[in-house]
Amino acid sequence: MKSWLLGWLLLLGTGSSPAVEVRQFDDPDKQTRYERLIEELRCLVCQNQSLADSDADLARDLRDEVYGIIQSGQSEEEAIRFLTDRYGDFVLYRPPVKPITILLWLGPILALLGGGLFLWLQARRRATETDLELSSSERERLEHLRQRLEDKDNA
Amino acid sequence: MTSELGHLALIVALLMAILQGTFPLAGAALGVPVWMSVGRAAGRAQFFFLAVAFACLIDSFIVNDFSVRYVAEHSNSDLPLYYRIAATWGAHEGSMLLWAVILGLWTFAVTVFSNSLSEEFLARVLGVMGLISVGILLFILLTSNPFERLVPMPSDGGDLNPLLQDFGMTIHPPMLYMGYVGLSVAFSFAIAALLGGSLDSAWARWSRPWTLVAWIFLTFGIVLGSWWAYYELGWGGWWFWDPVENASFMPWLVATALLHSLAVTEKRGAFKAWTVLLAIFAFSLSLLGTFLVRSGVLTSVHAFASDPARGLFILVFLALVVGSSLLIYALKAPAIRDTARYTLISRENLLLLNNVLLVTAAASILLGTLYPLILDAMKLGKISVGPPYFSSVFAPLMAPIVLLAGIAPLFAWREASMPKLIRQLRWLAPLSLGLGIASTALFWSLSDIKTLAGLSMAFWLVGSAGISLWNRIRLRETALDGLRSQSPSFYGMTLAHIGIAVFLVGVVLSSSYSEEKIVRLAPGDTVQLGSYTFTFKGVTDVVGPNFKAQEGSFVVETDGKAVAHLNPQKRIYKVQRNTMTEAAIEPGLTRDLYVALGEPMDGAAWSVRVYYKPFIRWIWLGGLLMMAGGLCSVADRRYRLASLKTVEPHTSAAMRKA
Amino acid sequence: MRFLIPLAVFAVMVIFLAIGLKLDPREVPSPLIGKPAPTFNLPQVADAGQFLSPDSFKGQVALVNVWASWCVSCRQEHPVLVQLARQNVVPIYGLNYKDQREAANGWLAQFGNPYTASAFDADGRVGINWGVYGVPETFVIDKAGLIRHKHTGPVTPEVLEREILPLVRQLQGEP
Repeated sequence: MKSWLLGWLLLLGTGSSPAVEVRQFDDPDKQTRYERLIEELRCLVCQNQSLADSDADLARDLRDEVYGIIQSGQSEEEAIRFLTDRYGDFVLYRPPVKPITILLWLGPILALLGGGLFLWLQARRRATETDLELSSSERERLEHLRQRLEDKDNA
Repeated sequence: MTSELGHLALIVALLMAILQGTFPLAGAALGVPVWMSVGRAAGRAQFFFLAVAFACLIDSFIVNDFSVRYVAEHSNSDLPLYYRIAATWGAHEGSMLLWAVILGLWTFAVTVFSNSLSEEFLARVLGVMGLISVGILLFILLTSNPFERLVPMPSDGGDLNPLLQDFGMTIHPPMLYMGYVGLSVAFSFAIAALLGGSLDSAWARWSRPWTLVAWIFLTFGIVLGSWWAYYELGWGGWWFWDPVENASFMPWLVATALLHSLAVTEKRGAFKAWTVLLAIFAFSLSLLGTFLVRSGVLTSVHAFASDPARGLFILVFLALVVGSSLLIYALKAPAIRDTARYTLISRENLLLLNNVLLVTAAASILLGTLYPLILDAMKLGKISVGPPYFSSVFAPLMAPIVLLAGIAPLFAWREASMPKLIRQLRWLAPLSLGLGIASTALFWSLSDIKTLAGLSMAFWLVGSAGISLWNRIRLRETALDGLRSQSPSFYGMTLAHIGIAVFLVGVVLSSSYSEEKIVRLAPGDTVQLGSYTFTFKGVTDVVGPNFKAQEGSFVVETDGKAVAHLNPQKRIYKVQRNTMTEAAIEPGLTRDLYVALGEPMDGAAWSVRVYYKPFIRWIWLGGLLMMAGGLCSVADRRYRLASLKTVEPHTSAAMRKA
Repeated sequence: MRFLIPLAVFAVMVIFLAIGLKLDPREVPSPLIGKPAPTFNLPQVADAGQFLSPDSFKGQVALVNVWASWCVSCRQEHPVLVQLARQNVVPIYGLNYKDQREAANGWLAQFGNPYTASAFDADGRVGINWGVYGVPETFVIDKAGLIRHKHTGPVTPEVLEREILPLVRQLQGEP
């Protein structure tokens, strides 16, 4: 399986040349949408590059398709649907929000919440020491001494 | 002959590693001093033989010995000498040997700089490192031997991948490996401490400089990789969230958390179990990275030629090392007692929050990197997770860290006074925001919230670092006195934190205000980008040592004055016959001007990509400042004085009494 | 107990990585499986006056093989296809992808022609509609004109034995 793909790649030339078609748009908004789209779509041949960066023949063809769709006034969603109908979700660098990707998108938030919980529990457990009663002048002195100690502590 | 000598040296190194990995650990467990002392000798011997093996391989490259398969596959007689040497670590087998050599180097360093460690502790540290060496060397000898011969010998070699024929690329792997492998020292210290049952602040003080140095190298390696990608890959990007980039970034994040955690454990005796876990995580992520690059499990631009058999070996190795260390942790950590008490509002808790954020960031990146694999393994289809996911997840996590980094030094240990803090900081927030608004409005466009937020945060960070410095200085007689009496590690911290601010400015400004144009230019045509005019002069043919190229000539002017002459090339390498675009860059502190040739069009015209990238150098400058901060910290006298006396680690029995 | 969590999470991860060693991260599964074969009406490679469309093979089980004369791996799988065609088990139709007519015909003349007919997809747009990304690719179409299977990469005797022929026989048994 791998050798045939290698053959295909070698044929196309595993170089590093940026995609450089000069595109005309009748509307700067369309240009922004096109440029943003091709950055977020994955090349299927040079799979480590976006459609924007890839030099592969297929990438060129797909960029042409996307250009055609955007230039004709259709939306980004339509361009995305065109590609996912033919190549599946693999072609999207931004994973769609679906039941199977819920964990992916929520994971970081859940982890953060879990971390916050851990922090709070730790602090609760640590603050079990009872403070002696100090007079206000003793507290001041303690503060002053603490500050001096901290300077010695340094970074 | 050289190749056979190298092979033999490698085998002897393995034998030394076996000695290093077994006797010291057994000696520490059973209390046999002679066995414990084997660690130092075996460790040094192992490094010696690894150096010999590596020298043999380099020699094969220098003399163009194409009877060695690895040399034949990755070198060429037309390759300049410098690249022939660098080709040694340009592919899987050689880079694995480099990994082993660097592990040997760190082992050697531990045997030298360990006068303050007790015999038992040192024995355990070297023992753990020895076991890791055994795994790596077995892997090399059994599956990835760089000394294999190729019969019949070809007349010339397959040449080094042109992408690697570049200065940045040649030092990037060694620097990264110094970092990755260096984390094994902190790891070994942690395991040794767990095994010995002694987790006091002395252990943290010992671990810190080793972790710092590894972290500095890792930072440098990542900065180099990013900078290289920018000028070499032809489209001005500097980070792609590629799986292998992520594999280097995750250990960096955890190592950063580890550094902060070690500081707390050393000073306050808190977070002991957590710090140990971080040390295990950091090195585990290094090993995971090694697995991901070489197993073929993920598609990556960095992936070496993958082989499932190799992948399986590394996976088993990874499972053994990390699995056993986490098991030891699970068994021994419950007995660890922190001696510190602290409240919700305290520097300890703030640093713990920092750790949580950094580890969450690393975990999120891991999730995103492995998610496609997980879905595929469960037969739920194939998706891609790329830059849009990572940047939308990472930025919100980093924002709190940036905000906290400056003010944490202002929090008191144990119990910080909120009123006091608010008093110190109450004018900083509006000032930062004000400066952010002012600079955004003055130079760019106020409508960009991202820029405004980023710049304000950078001002906040620098401002709070300044307040921290001021607080300390003003306790002295004179300002000069104050400056001089701060420790190097305080300056280290301040520098590193300022580095974050500089990095942030670079990221925000270059991502918001970069301009790019793809145009068709005939000789004499110009294109305007901001205040810069690019004039295309034409294309000529040039010849290099092992390539032919078409070279474009551009003049860049602003206000009528010529600012740069840029000569981008499109190269075709003789042997591998790939086309490489070499962009031409006019670097500057406040902006880069960037030109890349596209395709020849009709007549003498070419399609050309021109870029204006403001403040992009600040990204790597920020990284370098972080490194400089690290270097300052390592220079702190504390670490050098510590080597003068031997400190006995407390046993857990002694600790329980205290 | 909570100290075992890192180990447990790690173990789960290792299991996934182990499974991952057997997977191919580069392979892109087709979303067209179970869907009607995308229509086209292309001139044939051999004779530009004749046309080929999926209607030509409706009512029977067919293989559609995407190939090109410039494709190195197609050379690899070609003898297998020629052999299969001789056995008259299932008709093989070709989709000649982004090729030159002369080169394509010459290639077939030199290496054999297993195709009942080959469609000439000069600009590759039909290929894109079929989700082609790595020539050669082979599709199994059922009697109703639905795509039932896609194999990316050269067809080897093992692939025929394990994947394609059993499915073909099953589909041929259906009404």
